[in-house]
Amino acid sequence: MNSKIRNIFLADSTLVPLAAILLGLITGAIFMLAGGFDPIKAYGSLLDKVFGTSYGFGETIRQITPLIFTGLSVAFAFRTGLFNIGAEGQFIMGMLASAYVGISFDLPFIIHAPLAIIIGALAGGLWGAIAGYLKAARGVNEVITTIMLNWTALYFANFILNAFLVPQGKQNSEPVKESAIITIGWLSDMFDNARLHWGTLLALIAAVVFYILLWKTKTGFELRAVGLNPHASEYAGMNVNKNVMNAMFIGGLFAGIGGACETLGVFHYMSIMSAMPGYGMDGIAVALIGGNTPIGVVLGAILFGILSFGASGMKFGAGVPVELIRVVIASVIFFVAAHGIVRYFIKPLLARQKEES
Amino acid sequence: MEQVKTVVEMRGITKRFPGIVANDNINLVVKKGEIHALLGENGAGKSTLMNILFGLYQPEEGEILINEKVVQITNPNVANDLGIGMVHQHFMLVEPFTVTENIILGNEPKKGMKIDIESAAKEVAELSKRYKLMVDPMAKIEDISVGMQQRVEILKTLYRGADILIFDEPTAVLTPQEIHELIEILKNLVKEGKTIILITHKLKEIMAVCDKVTIIRRGRVIDSVTVADTNPDDLAAKMVGREVNFKVDKTLATPKEAILSVDKVTALGNRGVNALNQISFDVRAGEILGIAGVDGNGQSELIEALTGLRKVQEGKILLNGKEITNHTPRVISESGLSHIPEDRHKRGLVLDFSMSENMVLETYFYPEFNKGGFLNYDAIDKHAAKLIEEFDVRTPSIHTPARALSGGNQQKAIIAREVNKDPDLLIAAQPTRGLDVGAIEFIHRRLIEQRDKGKAVLLLSLELDEIMNVSDRIAVIYEGQIVGIVDPKQTTEQELGLMMSGGKTIQGGGNG
Amino acid sequence: MKKVFSVLSVAALSLSLVLTGCGSKAPEQGQGGQANAGGGQAAAPTAKIGMVTDVGGVNDNSFNQSAWEGLQKLQKDTGLPEDNVKYLQSTGDADYIPNLTQFVKDGWDLTWGIGFLMGDHVKKVAEENPDAKLAIIDSVVEAPNVASVLFKENEGAFLVGVVAGSMTKTNKIGFVGGIDIPVIKRFEAGFTAGVKAVKPDAQVMIVYTGAFDKPDLGKSTASQMYGSGADIVFHAAGSTGDGVFNEAKDRKSKGENVWVIGVDKDQSLTFGKEITLTSMMKRVDEAVERVSKDVMEGKWDSIKGKTINLGLAENGVGLPETSKDTVPEDVLKVVEDYKQKIIKGEIKVPEEPTK
Repeated sequence: MNSKIRNIFLADSTLVPLAAILLGLITGAIFMLAGGFDPIKAYGSLLDKVFGTSYGFGETIRQITPLIFTGLSVAFAFRTGLFNIGAEGQFIMGMLASAYVGISFDLPFIIHAPLAIIIGALAGGLWGAIAGYLKAARGVNEVITTIMLNWTALYFANFILNAFLVPQGKQNSEPVKESAIITIGWLSDMFDNARLHWGTLLALIAAVVFYILLWKTKTGFELRAVGLNPHASEYAGMNVNKNVMNAMFIGGLFAGIGGACETLGVFHYMSIMSAMPGYGMDGIAVALIGGNTPIGVVLGAILFGILSFGASGMKFGAGVPVELIRVVIASVIFFVAAHGIVRYFIKPLLARQKEES
Repeated sequence: MEQVKTVVEMRGITKRFPGIVANDNINLVVKKGEIHALLGENGAGKSTLMNILFGLYQPEEGEILINEKVVQITNPNVANDLGIGMVHQHFMLVEPFTVTENIILGNEPKKGMKIDIESAAKEVAELSKRYKLMVDPMAKIEDISVGMQQRVEILKTLYRGADILIFDEPTAVLTPQEIHELIEILKNLVKEGKTIILITHKLKEIMAVCDKVTIIRRGRVIDSVTVADTNPDDLAAKMVGREVNFKVDKTLATPKEAILSVDKVTALGNRGVNALNQISFDVRAGEILGIAGVDGNGQSELIEALTGLRKVQEGKILLNGKEITNHTPRVISESGLSHIPEDRHKRGLVLDFSMSENMVLETYFYPEFNKGGFLNYDAIDKHAAKLIEEFDVRTPSIHTPARALSGGNQQKAIIAREVNKDPDLLIAAQPTRGLDVGAIEFIHRRLIEQRDKGKAVLLLSLELDEIMNVSDRIAVIYEGQIVGIVDPKQTTEQELGLMMSGGKTIQGGGNG
Repeated sequence: MKKVFSVLSVAALSLSLVLTGCGSKAPEQGQGGQANAGGGQAAAPTAKIGMVTDVGGVNDNSFNQSAWEGLQKLQKDTGLPEDNVKYLQSTGDADYIPNLTQFVKDGWDLTWGIGFLMGDHVKKVAEENPDAKLAIIDSVVEAPNVASVLFKENEGAFLVGVVAGSMTKTNKIGFVGGIDIPVIKRFEAGFTAGVKAVKPDAQVMIVYTGAFDKPDLGKSTASQMYGSGADIVFHAAGSTGDGVFNEAKDRKSKGENVWVIGVDKDQSLTFGKEITLTSMMKRVDEAVERVSKDVMEGKWDSIKGKTINLGLAENGVGLPETSKDTVPEDVLKVVEDYKQKIIKGEIKVPEEPTK
């Protein structure tokens, strides 16, 4: 058991991200020192913010949840050879659709909440499928269409909110009906009113579904084949275009559920947005750090959630500006993306490992 | 005479990859001015050894001496500095760039801040004159033939001052004419004082140009001999480890009804002009129809049209009497057509899929593998294990990604998969390209076995030997049309060559 | 499978460590917080006062920055330790509650929510923590432990309207609003009334850009207004208004005689006197300082649960000193007259635009 754990943590695929995180934290520390801040105190207060109180811990989980969804969304498309920059827009569409269902319908909880989530998921999925369709039917690069669809989603949502859901002179929509709220009351109480909701459980289930769908089903077989070699897939009789659309749709579903849970579990309303929520963009980094595997995405989201929620702790406890924590996050991404550099740093470690085995 | 300098010496080289010892204590001595062949089957470890010499891999054991001095070749730049150049099997050229631009890439002569293209072009022209490597320095790579591109690769190494040139399977991609020209080039290079190491498994070439040959089998040196003292049969036996039969044994064909009928089919090529021009022919049950032709006369487009990968503009394709024109690849495949694609990496395999997954690439949706949308991986693995055993595919495990297998074993796996579908028509496009004699023999036997079972086989190949040996009838394709169908026993290479170049048409040949 | 299991067991182990860590620490902090809150009332110099910015951030050249300046001044004037005033910046909607809660849980004596956007969040945190003391700017929160601060922007806007009406040469004046919300509507109403009071025939063009953070939108809107003849534009649009200043600067350098009237702070300090005619100062800093001081002096009971309205009389809104460099004395005199009339109640400035 012990050696097995050791093996997991010494495996190349684990060691490199871990080393990247460490290097990122060190780089951040250097920046802090340069700015006249105490990095140990700063990281200490980051951890204190996250783990120091049950409220902080609960809120960190709240922060992690949408990142799992958007990370899965990006990773899923990536497994099919597509670069989904559009998790942001799909997330917004999920928020909007679930807000609409949550506000406008009056149903029992057992129907209302699931319905709002499903409609939110579909809205995200269809939003992704637009990019998939344009790629399949017209050959338009999905990177470009998804980026543009992000802005379209943002302004479309603001328009719908303004026109139908937000009372005159307000920034926020009406609250969703009690029956559509997925906050877990007793758990929130346990965590000192942290906004905990069923979405976290859904996110973990989504990660399992991600795995089963890709590696255990016929659909997943096709999706992976198309992602790895579209020519061979075409030769083998798979419909490449259909699979491209499927992949973007399913990716969009993940992001859409994420958006729905954010509305129904955290805010209970939707506000007119002056900027994108940012979970979709962070999802790209989460997928990258997680190596596009479901477990990796969950771990990547945890890391990201801790860093971004703990950022205000750094400000509070050590006076470090919030901008600096973004430097740390960016450094981590940089080192994960630049495997080569990381490998160079951990070369002695890898060599020793080889000798031992 | 015996005091010729040793330019390359590799001593006790050992290189391991997970699950395999690629090079096991290999010794190699190459003298100045010789053409030294490295002979071995695919996966024997020739390329690994040369990649070590070129600095792409580091050996676990052993040492390398260049010009009798021990050296550490840690990367290709070090190899370049030591005067070692490599011409890879897959060219590393930037297609939209000109010949000169490709040659100077990474080594550009500067005039101030600008690249001095003119003087570079002059130097390239001089080099190509000196070594009789005729190329147009200002032509774009995408516009010149494969043979020309290879010359650019050779010029690239010469421009960087290489004295030792490694060629990795240089003839695999060339037409017979181009092979002939390459052999002249190699002779010229030696005359100019270069030393050449040739990785190959083609005995004909070794006998034609090489001075010495080192035979490698399963990572070990079997022998190192002077070419003048050996013969092809002996070399083949040493390479494969047993006697090899060069002649294809087969009985007379007993053709029956037509399985495939191609009737006046026209299709566009990638450049939007007709690649197939009203082409018509039949393939009958129990025969192998070989299609001979110079590369680029519509062979690839013909296969794609037959398999549903390319749209047919006019005409009809019938399989077993049923029309399959412009049906989807899956419908055609399910109607009884199997296809060994000409490019196994592009079409034949998903290289990052396991062997097991690759074996069901076209059949994963069958009820035996798929229950309600979930794949039964036990059944898939069992299926793969059976095929891999039956067709002698050498892989560490059925879960190994296809990428890790040698070309010959990849091809065997594809053939296993295609034959296992029990098709009425088997299309084999360049089935032995880049393979060694052992694998070629195996594949030819399988094709004839299918024929003898009463299947129709359509063989496309650029190698005339193969077409002549294996086919029961030979159709010659020229500019998207069949210009004649001949009996291999009653024709000669000369006659076929004439037809392939459009010099002769046999009227009414369509009936065979 | 085994691999997965061992990963999970590691995760479970670390999770349980974390949970026990929380369990032992949380109550301690709770006690500390209460003790602190109690002590805060008795001994003023040790009070801790925090504020949470909205998404604009602390360098927004507007009310967030103004509020922070108020707290800094308070710290210097009363000799509080530097660490006893702090701000937390919010990067999105989701941050408001955790940021407010951070101060509340840590037992701070007063926690400010800056801006209209934070109303619902302040209310939620107040309800969850009935012992905490909170205050909010620009919004009314109905809770017994929250002090709400509103400004009579219409009164201040009336005065800058008087300036604009008196000084326009083209008889055309522009108003650029951010989002169409009650606060900004009060600006519009007061401004229009002020202009009409001195120049009834002047035309006021009104445009809402729909955003507080889009300088490009502000610039194009201003360009349209100046283009159609306006010579003075008043903005109440946060950093969208920065674009108005940029446009004015461009035009001024080409010789056009155009002006901008700034908002919230004395914007001539930021954008220069050559284009800034005056500013409708909203003394968020004063308000923050005043209410915080009340808490320090133990007067919380008199303001908790109440709404404090700050107008001209309370010096909550008004024109900056620097205006005397750009506005002629006689105009300032007119302004002063109107100010007195409003304070005395002789003029009632409308809160909503008349249609």
